[in-house]
Amino acid sequence: MEIVEERLRGLLLQGLDADAAAYQRFLKELSAHLRAFLRRRLAQRPDEVEDLVQETLLAVHNQRHTYRPEMPVTAWAHAIARYKLIDWLRSHAAKEARNDPLDDADELFASSDSEAAEARRDLGQLLQTLPDKQRLPIEYVKLEGLSVVETARLTGLSESAVKVGVHRGLKALAARIRDMTYAKQGSGKSTGPSSGSASHSGLRKSQEE
Amino acid sequence: MKTDELIHLLATDDRPVQRTAIEQRFAVASAAGIAGAGVLMLALFGLRPDLLATMALPMFWGKLVFAAALAAAGLALLRRMARPGMPLGHAVLWLAVPPLVLWAMALGALWQVPAAERVPLILGSTWRTCPFNIAALSVPAFVAGFWALKGAAPTRLAWAGAGAGLLAGALGALVYALHCPEMATPFLAVWYVVGMAIPTALGAILGPRLLRW
Repeated sequence: MEIVEERLRGLLLQGLDADAAAYQRFLKELSAHLRAFLRRRLAQRPDEVEDLVQETLLAVHNQRHTYRPEMPVTAWAHAIARYKLIDWLRSHAAKEARNDPLDDADELFASSDSEAAEARRDLGQLLQTLPDKQRLPIEYVKLEGLSVVETARLTGLSESAVKVGVHRGLKALAARIRDMTYAKQGSGKSTGPSSGSASHSGLRKSQEE
Repeated sequence: MKTDELIHLLATDDRPVQRTAIEQRFAVASAAGIAGAGVLMLALFGLRPDLLATMALPMFWGKLVFAAALAAAGLALLRRMARPGMPLGHAVLWLAVPPLVLWAMALGALWQVPAAERVPLILGSTWRTCPFNIAALSVPAFVAGFWALKGAAPTRLAWAGAGAGLLAGALGALVYALHCPEMATPFLAVWYVVGMAIPTALGAILGPRLLRW
């Protein structure tokens, strides 16, 4: 445990000083720990584990300014993972409590498992709801594994525009996820606080069914 | 999206991170809150006319010290609550000191006067309005405090909201003291505390709704 702490801490601190390679190693190692942590706690829902791993990684990234060098990285990351897990569990509890048991009996046969897997949230789908300025840099960097320089050349954007697009896009993605869970936690009205673009609400709808 | 792709993507967003970002946000929020409360106070209530003369009295400064100490303790607590996994430590204890000292002084003051004078000492002449005036002056700091917390990652949202509400209440009271004509500790011990409790309770209610991340 202490060895893990030491290594993760070193990598994160380098990452916070803009060492992208160290930061990537940090996220990679953290994701393995997160996966194990969430898999143990979501034994009934193995398909959701990876979604939550990604959501937590995104939160860790967007909140990395809340880390203080005097804190153990493990405690910090655990608190974030725990928060995200509780948020998720709560939204699902609210959703299940809301469902009429009679409706449930119908729904049981209304869809098959493979459909459910397709309806499950995917960051790739959420990505489609972002404006081009944010979506394009993210897609190039993500899908092709391109560097910022290469993405800038291919999209015709400046390097700083690519970076800003990625940065804002990541924040926006986290906000979309949050709004979706909020809509599920809400009182069951079909219009959540985030009646975003059409594909967004369509996505949310398919998730609720 | 595969997780490895996401990690690659996150690592491209590699601008250096400001480690005191949280403290900076709260500093800005506090300054904005005080300034906003000052403007509101001048517009709604005005300075007390005998302000210069009262500045010679220790109780005038006592009010300011009480409110400032609570605000400082609230800030110390908030910068910890804003960070996931950071223990609160002694910050909670510091929060208890200002009200305990004030209540002790108030009891001492009540002890020294005849029974018939105690209730007037507690009610003063403005008890009906004082708590609401403090709550009204806390509005700018309340909004600013929630803005600061929106840029952070509190994991206990009701508590964080209450903390932001308390900070706002303390800053509101700090500014209200420049108008308030009351000088008796028993009055402050009840109505200033009630005035700060209003935004604190509101923060606890709104925290879970507004602070999710």
